[in-house]
Amino acid sequence: MQEEISNQLKQIQEQVETLKEKVRFLEDSKKDQLSIAIVSGDMDKILAAMVISLAAAAMDTKVRLFFSFWSLSALRDNKKKAINKDLISRMFGLILPKGRNKLKLSNMNMGGMGPMMIKHLMKKQCVLSLDQMFKEAGDLGIEITICEMSMNLMGFKKEEMIDYPQLRYAGAATFVSEAGESSIQLFI
Amino acid sequence: MTHEELKTVQVTKSVDARGTACPGPLLEAKKAIGTIKSGDIMEVLSADEGTKVDIPKWCTKQGNEYLGTIEESGFFKIYLKKK
Repeated sequence: MQEEISNQLKQIQEQVETLKEKVRFLEDSKKDQLSIAIVSGDMDKILAAMVISLAAAAMDTKVRLFFSFWSLSALRDNKKKAINKDLISRMFGLILPKGRNKLKLSNMNMGGMGPMMIKHLMKKQCVLSLDQMFKEAGDLGIEITICEMSMNLMGFKKEEMIDYPQLRYAGAATFVSEAGESSIQLFI
Repeated sequence: MTHEELKTVQVTKSVDARGTACPGPLLEAKKAIGTIKSGDIMEVLSADEGTKVDIPKWCTKQGNEYLGTIEESGFFKIYLKKK
C-alpha cells in the first residue's frame, strides 16, 4: 500500500518537473525582445531597421541586431583601414560602400543623387541621421552582432568595423537561439 | 481628461521634441521620464503627427497613464502621468 503511494507520488513529481521545464521554455520564447536579421545594405533598409530598433528600445524592449552580407557595409568605418587583404577582398572593399554614409538607395539611387536628396529631406524634416541613430542605439544598449562568416566572405576585417559599445561577433546559431526567445523577429 | 482639465493641469516636466521626427520624440520622452517622480505629469511637445498615436502606445507598454492631447497650431501637446 505504502509502496504504491510513494510510486504514485514519484510519478506526479516527475510530471511536475516536465511541466516546469515546458513552462520555462514557453516563458523564454516570449521575451520582451526584438531580433532583426539585417541582410540588405541599402540606405533605406538600414534606416528602417534603425528606426524600428530605436522605437523598440525607447519602449524598453531589448534589441538585438544581427548584421550579415550586404548590411556589413553599413558597419564599416571609413577612417579605418584593414591591411593584408587578398586581391578579391580588396576588390570587394573598393566596390562596396565604405560606411553608413556611403550607402545607396534600393530605389531611385540615380548615381548617388537619390541618397543626397534623401539626406537633405531628412535634415529638413528633422529626421535623425544614421550617425545620430547609431549614437542613440549605442546609448540605449542596442546590441549589434556581426556575422563572422559573411564578414570573411565579403573580405571585410574586424579592424575596419565601427567602434560601437555593444558590438560582438558570432554565427547563425547565436541569431537562431536568441531570435527564438524574442517575441518579435524581423528580417530586413 | 477633458481639454479644459488638461489646460489647467500641473506639469512637472515639459519636453520640447518639436525639433525631431519619429522616433525622436519617443527617445526624448524616454530620457525625460527617468527624471520625474511617480505620479508626476509630463507633457511632450511634438510637431510629428505620428507621435500623437505613438505616445499612448508607449504609455500602455510602460504602464504610464496617457491623459490626452491638445492640438496647437502646427504641433501637439501630449500629456501623461508617470506610474
